[in-house]
Amino acid sequence: MALTQKLINEGNATVDEMLDGILAVHSDTLWRPSHAPRAVIAKHGPRSGKVALIIGGGSGHEPTFIGFVGKGLADGVAVGNVFASPPPQPAVDAALAANGGAGVLFMYGNYAGDVMNFDMAMDMLEMEGVEARTVLTTDDIASSPDISKRRGVAGNVFIFKAAGAAADLMMPIDEVERIARHANARTYTMGVALSSCSLPQTRQPSFDLPAGEMEIGMGIHGEPGVRRGPLRTANEVTDEILDTILKEMNAPKGARVAVLVNSLGATPLMELYILYKRVAERLAEAGLEIHSSLVGPYCTSLDMAGASITIMHLDDELIPLIDHPCDCAMFRQG
Amino acid sequence: MDFSTSDLKHLFVRLAARMSTERDALCALDGVIGDGDHGIAMEQGMKAAADQIQSLDGSLQDVFNAAAKGFLNAVGASSGPLYATGFLRAGKAVGPRLAMPKDDLRLVIVAIRDGIQHRGKAEPGQKTMIDAWHPAAEAAAAGATPTSILAAAKDGMEATKPMLATLGRASRLGERVIGHADPGSVSAVMIIEEITLEMAH
Repeated sequence: MALTQKLINEGNATVDEMLDGILAVHSDTLWRPSHAPRAVIAKHGPRSGKVALIIGGGSGHEPTFIGFVGKGLADGVAVGNVFASPPPQPAVDAALAANGGAGVLFMYGNYAGDVMNFDMAMDMLEMEGVEARTVLTTDDIASSPDISKRRGVAGNVFIFKAAGAAADLMMPIDEVERIARHANARTYTMGVALSSCSLPQTRQPSFDLPAGEMEIGMGIHGEPGVRRGPLRTANEVTDEILDTILKEMNAPKGARVAVLVNSLGATPLMELYILYKRVAERLAEAGLEIHSSLVGPYCTSLDMAGASITIMHLDDELIPLIDHPCDCAMFRQG
Repeated sequence: MDFSTSDLKHLFVRLAARMSTERDALCALDGVIGDGDHGIAMEQGMKAAADQIQSLDGSLQDVFNAAAKGFLNAVGASSGPLYATGFLRAGKAVGPRLAMPKDDLRLVIVAIRDGIQHRGKAEPGQKTMIDAWHPAAEAAAAGATPTSILAAAKDGMEATKPMLATLGRASRLGERVIGHADPGSVSAVMIIEEITLEMAH
């Protein structure tokens, strides 16, 4: 089979070459410890007395995760291979480099590999005398009826943002952890894939999706969805997603929400705004008020076509945290 | 007949070559029920393990420990912590010897199973690599021949086909995984095959 076309040099070098490029652009806000090529740290975020927020996961989801490292959001990131959890060492390196003496909070999507590697990192930090805790993100409501088994997907950006703002406001680790769990519990995502992605090492589609069909509820690693169906219109897709999210969210009229309409990589902004138009109509019908919105590629799956919609059910505690300024390589606010 | 540190180094070189050959097939299998990268992780992990130990001067346990570190740091993923823990347990099981009887490779199979199970908390029947490692380890512990140990692993892998997954990424796919072998159990059979070939050699 013909190889998918990518602008790369060598399949196994993609992550390190990408990091070299990112560091070359953003040397004013990001740095890497010389001994830790897969740990990237915010220059202006970490400081004495502040909880260090360390995020991480596989590559191929940019701007998730590395794009959210900066003052006001994450202090550091452990960077894995494409779609693969980082090993424990870069997570330890990032945590030690960003440590301000007030504890370390690891946040990442709920995947078996990430949990094993970050748990090993926590054990290693304990031996260094550094307290580390973990909050997993589980916003993908299509991935399981059991919340503890759900995956973390595009809603990460809101959840990390709330926790990062709390840490930036110098809240103690108990509070930062509580807010992280609170933000995760109120964030709901569901998506559809219109085409497979392909890994740079294999350059073959990760799964086969025939023309005219879409995957409903797929993950962000090209995992097949929970259901496959015929491709439908933007409004029909939005309605199915919103029906599912609103039912589970069960918010009273007048509640405020943050919205993310996210591209999985290949779907253009034109289509995202078409989806957003319908999201806004549906939220208005439901009597919900949109407080803020993000539209664009925030959590991608390499070159996959498709989109996800995230709704975060805000409250008086989350609103100032979502509005809090941040200055990251791929996400700025305020 | 003894199995020396140099034999162990050669075993890792063969495992690396085997995973390199099977990479795309394992990725294709993983694409059906997972995220399509299992072959890449196994290739990179075994290559890093083999590279890490070639110039090492030490005991069988030292070689296993270095292989564990090499594998883990190269891949992360799920297979990194699982095989790294398995190799550490294998090192502990064989101890700081420079050589051992070939038959002691059955201890290695049992210890790798124990390490994987300790780290991943999987039980047999959940459609994971344990479905190959567990029956192989049980056969090895019961004194079965190398051929029977491998046959037990293969039967275990085949048995994953009709299973629902209850652990790991595939667990979110419900009934769609039925009919497909677990990719982790397929690569496990390959590793067990290389070890049992060494036992029989």
